[in-house]
Amino acid sequence: MNGLPGSVSKRLALRVLILTAGLSLWASPALAEALAADLTSHLIAITTGFTGASVVLFGATDGPGDVVVAVRGPDREMTVRRKDRVAGVWVNTEALTFSNVPSFYAVAASRPIEGILSPASVAFYRLGVANLKLEARTSAPPEVVAMFRAALERIQQQAGLFVSRIGKVDFLGERLFRTTIAFPSNVPTGTYLVEVFLVRDNDVVSGQTTPLVVSKVGVDAAVFDFSGRQPGFYGAIAVLTAVVAGWLASLPFRGA
Amino acid sequence: MDIYLPIAEVSLDIFVLLGLGAAVGFLSGVFGVGGGFLLTPLLIFIGVPPTVAVASSANQLVGASVSGVISHWRRGNVDFKMGYVLLVGGLAGSVLGVWIFTLLKRLGQVELTISVCYVLLLGTLGGLMIVESIRSMLRLHRPGAGRRRLHQHTWMHGLPLKARFRRSRLYISALLPIGLGFVIGVFSAILGIGGGFFMVPAMIYMLGMPTSVVPGTSLLQIIFVAANVTLLQAYTNRTVDAVLALVLLVGGVVGARIGSRFGTRLRGEQLRFLLALMVLAVAAKLAFDMTAPPVDLYSIASEKE
Repeated sequence: MNGLPGSVSKRLALRVLILTAGLSLWASPALAEALAADLTSHLIAITTGFTGASVVLFGATDGPGDVVVAVRGPDREMTVRRKDRVAGVWVNTEALTFSNVPSFYAVAASRPIEGILSPASVAFYRLGVANLKLEARTSAPPEVVAMFRAALERIQQQAGLFVSRIGKVDFLGERLFRTTIAFPSNVPTGTYLVEVFLVRDNDVVSGQTTPLVVSKVGVDAAVFDFSGRQPGFYGAIAVLTAVVAGWLASLPFRGA
Repeated sequence: MDIYLPIAEVSLDIFVLLGLGAAVGFLSGVFGVGGGFLLTPLLIFIGVPPTVAVASSANQLVGASVSGVISHWRRGNVDFKMGYVLLVGGLAGSVLGVWIFTLLKRLGQVELTISVCYVLLLGTLGGLMIVESIRSMLRLHRPGAGRRRLHQHTWMHGLPLKARFRRSRLYISALLPIGLGFVIGVFSAILGIGGGFFMVPAMIYMLGMPTSVVPGTSLLQIIFVAANVTLLQAYTNRTVDAVLALVLLVGGVVGARIGSRFGTRLRGEQLRFLLALMVLAVAAKLAFDMTAPPVDLYSIASEKE
């Protein structure tokens, strides 16, 4: 709750107040949204000193209910490899590729999800790591797929990219809610989707999706873009920089 | 203080990187080798993806060898003709090496191959060097005994394309340095090393070059091979992190200066003995890692869809 600078929380409170004021006008059909939410920032900028970031999601509902928030990073194709012992050495032997793997995944809820949503709804809205729809690219026996999938989930969790702990959505009174989404320093770049669900009587009654961009900015972005767009030229500059640095390094020897 | 590396896509402590560069620079100052054989495994150890570590080490090596060559050249210890001949083989070898690297990366075996190559290379070399340095240390106590013959005629001298290398005072077939350069070029691309620790003994014992011109000449061809590897890796695999290479270079410059001052106080065979011990230690560590049960049987690699 606290932990935010005064000016930010004041601004936040003001915005929420305006939102709720609008939402409480029952008569106006245009404003009869059951759920409204936004992020304090729609851009996470990865700079040279980047060590991770957090973004506050806040919003309002039109009455009592629970809120579930899911954050999905851009989908990737991920190959899981398994090592086996071959002639005393551990070698990558089997591999399985999954598509539609979110590069980042985190969930937050105002109460434990099992308590507020039916298992069918949890599966339908793909909430939680276990319900992600990961497709194996090549056909394999179900138990093998399950084994590789478990490894994928575990490694992603260890890297902090699948957040295993369900975050907390806090309610301020009956209608205002907020939650903090934390991203580790190794967060993948791309366009993220923040899905907010309003839950009543074991079912999702309203939902909203907000984009969030994670992007390299400044020198790092320039270097990365350049290396991808003009790889030959980038390589030449990398070599040239090293040559000049090496030459400069040898200069002080002259006096010695 | 953390610094975000744009190609490696990780944040690492800048002081750790500077320290690593300085440590490797110190060794290269003492022993006259590039230090890539230590740098790449250490970078992997602190969390840089292996493919990026290999390519960025090559980039760092360009700068380190340039400054090395300049200081050797001032003392007149560079055989340019020999360097260029080695280079012809080296460039061809590095093209093949990068091609193999790309293939291994696709097959998911690049990490294992890197480790196996290191263990084989470092183990063999470390063993040979330790035997040689102990022998020469013992010989010092028996003055006059076991002096090597100046010229031994072997099958290598029967090869065609003979050429004269004035600075090295050699008249040998150009195929020898070309072949040597080729082998080192291949390893250079796969392992991100300049091959100094491999090249230096080969130049002394196989080609029979005078010890004084060996480090400078080896570094001269390493500049070009490493530059070629950097270019090819940047173009083919996009794994060169110039920011990482530059930070390592800054640390390396300081380390190399301290190292070269320190190195002049040690005797040659003592130096070679210490280097051999270090090479063997790295080989033992890597061999242990390959055969010990891994912490995690599984690994993942992601690609953009």
